[in-house]
Amino acid sequence: MIGNLDSAVPEGAIGDKWTQHKFDMKLVAPNNRRKFDVIVVGSGLAGASAAATLGEQGYNVKVITYHDSPRRAHSIAAQGGINAAKNYKNDGDSVYRLFYDTVKGGDYRSREANVHRLAEVSVDIIDQCVAQGVPFAREYGGLLDNRSFGGAQVSRTFYARGQTGQQLLLGAYQAMAKEIAAGTVELITKTEMLDLVTKDGVACGVVTRDLRTGAIERHSAHAVILATGGYGNVFYLSTNAMHCNATAAWRAHRRGALFANPCYTQIHPTCIPQAEEFQSKLTLMSESLRNDGRVWVPKDPDETRPAAQVPEEDRDYYLERKYPSFGNLVPRDVASRNAKTVVDEGKGVGPLKNGVYLDFSDSIGRLGKDAIEEKYGNLFEMYERITDEDPYENPMRIYPAVHYTMGGLWVDYHLQSNVPGLFVLGEANFSDHGANRLGASALMQGLADGYFVISYTMANYLAGILGQPAVPTDDHAFTATEADVLNRINQFLSIGGTKSPDHFHKELGKIMWEHCGMARNEAGLTKALSEIPALRDEFSKDLRVLGSGDSLNQSLEKAGRIADFLELGELMCRDALERNESCGGHFREESQTEEGEALRRDDEFSHSAAWEWTGDPSNPQLHEEPLVFDNVALTQRSYK
Amino acid sequence: MKLKLNIWRQSDRDATGAMQTYELDDVSPEMSFLEMLDVLNEKLIAEGSEPVEFEHDCREGICGSCGVMINGQAHGPQKGTATCQLHMRKFSDGDTINIEPWRAAAFPVLKDLVVDRSPFDRIVESGGYITAPTGAGPDANLIPVPKDAADAAFDAAACIGCGACVAACPNSAAQLFTAAKIEHLNLLPQGQAEKNQRVLGMVGTMEQYFGSCTNHGECTEACPKEIPLDYIAFMNRDYVKAQLKNRKLLGQR
Repeated sequence: MIGNLDSAVPEGAIGDKWTQHKFDMKLVAPNNRRKFDVIVVGSGLAGASAAATLGEQGYNVKVITYHDSPRRAHSIAAQGGINAAKNYKNDGDSVYRLFYDTVKGGDYRSREANVHRLAEVSVDIIDQCVAQGVPFAREYGGLLDNRSFGGAQVSRTFYARGQTGQQLLLGAYQAMAKEIAAGTVELITKTEMLDLVTKDGVACGVVTRDLRTGAIERHSAHAVILATGGYGNVFYLSTNAMHCNATAAWRAHRRGALFANPCYTQIHPTCIPQAEEFQSKLTLMSESLRNDGRVWVPKDPDETRPAAQVPEEDRDYYLERKYPSFGNLVPRDVASRNAKTVVDEGKGVGPLKNGVYLDFSDSIGRLGKDAIEEKYGNLFEMYERITDEDPYENPMRIYPAVHYTMGGLWVDYHLQSNVPGLFVLGEANFSDHGANRLGASALMQGLADGYFVISYTMANYLAGILGQPAVPTDDHAFTATEADVLNRINQFLSIGGTKSPDHFHKELGKIMWEHCGMARNEAGLTKALSEIPALRDEFSKDLRVLGSGDSLNQSLEKAGRIADFLELGELMCRDALERNESCGGHFREESQTEEGEALRRDDEFSHSAAWEWTGDPSNPQLHEEPLVFDNVALTQRSYK
Repeated sequence: MKLKLNIWRQSDRDATGAMQTYELDDVSPEMSFLEMLDVLNEKLIAEGSEPVEFEHDCREGICGSCGVMINGQAHGPQKGTATCQLHMRKFSDGDTINIEPWRAAAFPVLKDLVVDRSPFDRIVESGGYITAPTGAGPDANLIPVPKDAADAAFDAAACIGCGACVAACPNSAAQLFTAAKIEHLNLLPQGQAEKNQRVLGMVGTMEQYFGSCTNHGECTEACPKEIPLDYIAFMNRDYVKAQLKNRKLLGQR
């Protein structure tokens, strides 16, 4: 059982904590580092940057990814940019302002000390990336360009056209490739982590499956880092890549790691609306488009004219009308909910009336088509390929879609879970974004964790176990876990039912989107909590996985991931039901202001909810980590 | 739309593969090519046949996972478009579509349409990086990078590593991929210190796995990011310079 959750936040003033703590933490001397083995699961921004940095320092690092190349991790698809408090624009930015904006943007549900550290190291990330050769956008004078992003009134976002995630990931991947060449990092591709191994409550390795051959393998280490991304694919339709899944995190949860704030999901306001039933995923259109695009719907729900022929007086630029100071740049949760409101009122546009317009005609008129193409060319092309409509001529149609999950495995200030030796980085942890993540902050957090936090906190942990050998892979802890993994695989293969894994995934997605999506209420969540176990039961009886376990078998891979989603989805609904307040991306209809904005209830819910696995997915144990705000005053967010 | 699909099926790396024919009714022109394959797979599973394995992930043309030969063309008929971004509106009712894996000795088939592209990672590990240990970078604005240099580096860095260039090349050469990876870094001021060893190392590894370039230009035609052939010329220039520089160093010893 878990006692008090110790966040391990150091003492001192907010601006001094990290600096002082870096001095206070223990070190591992360079000649001792090669005695330690560290496993990194996941090769996205957080995983690749952590592996590169730990490799440079001299630890033996093993990177495990299910992709055929580390460069394919879904960080690659991030479009808009990365925040950093460089204040190169001289417009009033500072570390403290980035800290403040992030805590406020997260609707006061994040840990102050973690967020301040994130803001502090943001400036180092940009220096590091430029040194690695990341081709950020530049001014004609050769200096770096910035743009503004939702939830901020300063320009602090660094970007590389609409492909910032790609360029940052290539930087981290190349840094890791350097360490592979140097022999400090071993790269294991097309291999999926299927379980965490613990001995006496301490993480000591993982069990994996080689996706090409089906071989089950044991990997031992002094510490395990999970950098395995978020769980947005619980909803089936999301902007996540098709293979994004929660299995690594969920298996760790089942081995004792607490799962925090699972109900905090981000619904991104600017995605291409769903077309038809066969749709496999939704495509994001970068939030940066809101810098130059104006969001509107026709005032008349029965409007039939094409967008360009609707005169100004018949248009409702609802974000500019309701939020004059932030306008189209309100944070994501606010923009999404407002889109839902107007579509629910019947004012949606497009063949299924399920979108709103994002109109560039003013910007094209003001700046010229070339300037818009320079900034967003690749996004406009992508839009045209998918919809067969030209966004230079007609406004884009957009609608919110599941994009990011703020919840994740609970970690302390050291990014260590409650299971000693298990560290969690990037989107997989819950730490920095509270109940809503600001745009361009995911890349910042992944790289902050991997480049500038884990190297210090990992040394602090390893220094305490110097001289202890890693647990051998023939230890009972490994053989027992491997047996569990094999057993589970054989179960999926032997059910012999009638429905494909995708069938169950789609059904789960419908339940989640309807009851645990942009707006949630007690009746809906209660309904979901009865529907999900029933679906899980059907899954265990009627799943059909063809083929065998000893070759490439994507149906089998999916079956395991969906089995985990079926448990995690239930926990998300339970957490959403328990949190009877609205905050950030979690909107409980029972808790709203007169104007329909999210209404927090700080007296009861100013805490992180960390759930413990009890063996019964329908009966988890709740632990609370109180959130203390010494620096940022808790207020009702206002973007008016 | 009604379609006839001829798809390469191969059970593992060492097995002999063959084309198999499938019929698909009710294909919507709004589907992406991979969604069409999803529909086929669901149909196969319902019939009790093993689904077709194909590589895919982001489905927005950036991860580089997907890629098949569609009627003999890498990524199919639409220029500058990865397979996942290709939509069925580019085909017509009654069409027959041949779907095969990338064809190159360096990319052995693992199963059906899935190939092993790991030699690309080996090329990058041979110098496709700037040695800048974490924390060692100077302030990001210390070294101005002319905008055109940054843009040219970006155009090379846009490569998604899908392997279409190799699959389209009659020699299975990887010059376009390798050149894009080298020139992304060699065009930037930060990449100058390791410029010579980078091009020598990466070209050396490339030649261990892939065929030679004879300037057909099929690579750039097939490239979903339309990376121009010019980068191959830049790479060749850098390679020659690096060799000369090497000789000079040898003479000075």
